[in-house]
Amino acid sequence: MSTLTVNSTRDAVSVTGLRKVYRDKVILDAIDLGIGEGQVFGLLGPNGAGKTTMVRILSTLIPPDAGTATVFGHDVRREPGAIRELIGLTGQFSAVDDLLTGEENLLLIGRLLHVPAAERRRRAAELLERFDLVDAAKRTPATYSGGMKRRLDIAMTLMGRPRIIFLDEPTTGLDPRSRHSMWQIIRALAAGGVTILLTTQYLEEADELADRIAVLDHGRIVAQGTPDELKRRLPGAQIVLRFADAASFDSAAQALPESKRDEGQFVLRIPHEGGIHSLREVLSCLDETVAVEDLSIESPDLDDVFFALTGNTQKEQN
Amino acid sequence: MSSPTLAVQDATTMLGRELKHTMRFPLLLVGTILVPVVMLLLFEYILGGPIGNGLGGAAHGAPYVEFLVPGIILLTVAASCGPTAINVRMDMGGGFVDRVRAMAVARGALLAGHVGGSVVRTTLSTVVVIVVALLFGFRPQASVEAWFAVLGIVVAFSFSLAWVSAAIGLTAKSVAGANGLTLPIQFLLPFLSSTFVPAESMPAGVRWFALNQPFTAVVDTLRALLTGGPIGTSAVVAMAWCVAIALAGYVWAQVALGRGIRAT
Repeated sequence: MSTLTVNSTRDAVSVTGLRKVYRDKVILDAIDLGIGEGQVFGLLGPNGAGKTTMVRILSTLIPPDAGTATVFGHDVRREPGAIRELIGLTGQFSAVDDLLTGEENLLLIGRLLHVPAAERRRRAAELLERFDLVDAAKRTPATYSGGMKRRLDIAMTLMGRPRIIFLDEPTTGLDPRSRHSMWQIIRALAAGGVTILLTTQYLEEADELADRIAVLDHGRIVAQGTPDELKRRLPGAQIVLRFADAASFDSAAQALPESKRDEGQFVLRIPHEGGIHSLREVLSCLDETVAVEDLSIESPDLDDVFFALTGNTQKEQN
Repeated sequence: MSSPTLAVQDATTMLGRELKHTMRFPLLLVGTILVPVVMLLLFEYILGGPIGNGLGGAAHGAPYVEFLVPGIILLTVAASCGPTAINVRMDMGGGFVDRVRAMAVARGALLAGHVGGSVVRTTLSTVVVIVVALLFGFRPQASVEAWFAVLGIVVAFSFSLAWVSAAIGLTAKSVAGANGLTLPIQFLLPFLSSTFVPAESMPAGVRWFALNQPFTAVVDTLRALLTGGPIGTSAVVAMAWCVAIALAGYVWAQVALGRGIRAT
């Protein structure tokens, strides 16, 4: 299923046969992926799929148990020091220091990067400006909104001018407005030429931002490709009819043999090719005595997309 | 710059962070002053009478407060174990440490910052506790050299206990657990030493333990320095304990740091 991307450009990240086991549980297995330099790569999957473990391995926080992973040609096990010079990590859990002000957080990171004092202050001021945190610079993150905290988090990641940024679920828990502002930030970073590995639970987000997506499920990559390639593998649109009673439901189901039946709710789903003509055809099959309670047209739901790819029947992913 | 220079620079940066934390959240520091002061008042004014009478020659004829205060100083050093373990544990629970670990920051700088911060805090609270003791009638007979020696022992013992506390913070499952695990160091070991009463006065089994554990060697040395009594071998034993505890705590912390990495 998974294939190694062969890129004409140099690979920023190259992973082959990666495996990680924690106690008795296989977290990641047989992972192959490549991220070209300058690419935005989306790692999509539900909670517990192994996204964070993948990020932790690539950012040298934990070693893999088998397989190889390189970042700009440096092996995560043999040359973690060289990798740490090139990466920026914005983890799933807020990586800001809650007792320091926004500005102090940036300056502290600058110090740890051994940036000279004047340059440190210049970069911090520039990032505070860029992420709309000037007014909040002298306050501690305890007073920040979720979106502001994430922005500070990313600003801290950028203090080191990384060549690749790992963004682990950058919008989880954000309100819709902050999410959109985060998307703009990520797009601007990508436009600046930096390589980005983004993990997300939302297909919509991966679709919006990523050049390439890998779908991770139970520690394995179940699909990989451009957003368009993945969407082509999806179920089509459906006409959904709900009926008032069993009699109407049964007669309609007989009239529409191609429909999928949901007996419990008196719901029929009929494949829809799109357009008024196809809709009229379906309706004309229905007797006038049939009591249709509700009609709707469903485009492939983003969740359906995901379930189709992961082969998961359970909708409750949480 | 060479890498040892960078390592020192990183550790200093982390120490600065730790001290800033202490200033922003001084409650933990206040606690490490309050507990010894309460103990001082409790033992001096409530329990001190009969203890002082029973003590007889052990205080060399001086009032009980002269015997007690060196013990209270030791208690102050021990009290900082709680905040140190709590601070380390809180750091490990947050994302900040992961960020630092994914940066080219000298390994060990983070813990060095915590340990350094602990020593600075302990020294500070010890000074405050000594001032309070002076207000309550403590009249030490120490020379300037002896005061420097007291400071040296406070720093050395607090340094060694800080490494143990850091290791406890790294291994504890929760913040509350981190504090709980340091309670034996904060209270049990001081009581089972000559902190409040001479170890010689204890029942046989406990006496052997009390006479041979580090707190007794340290408090005996502090007491001898502050009351002008004979030091004997206790200073050498105390320093040996400091070195041994610091080494054990350091090794334990390194092992815990390597093992404590979360998988997901």
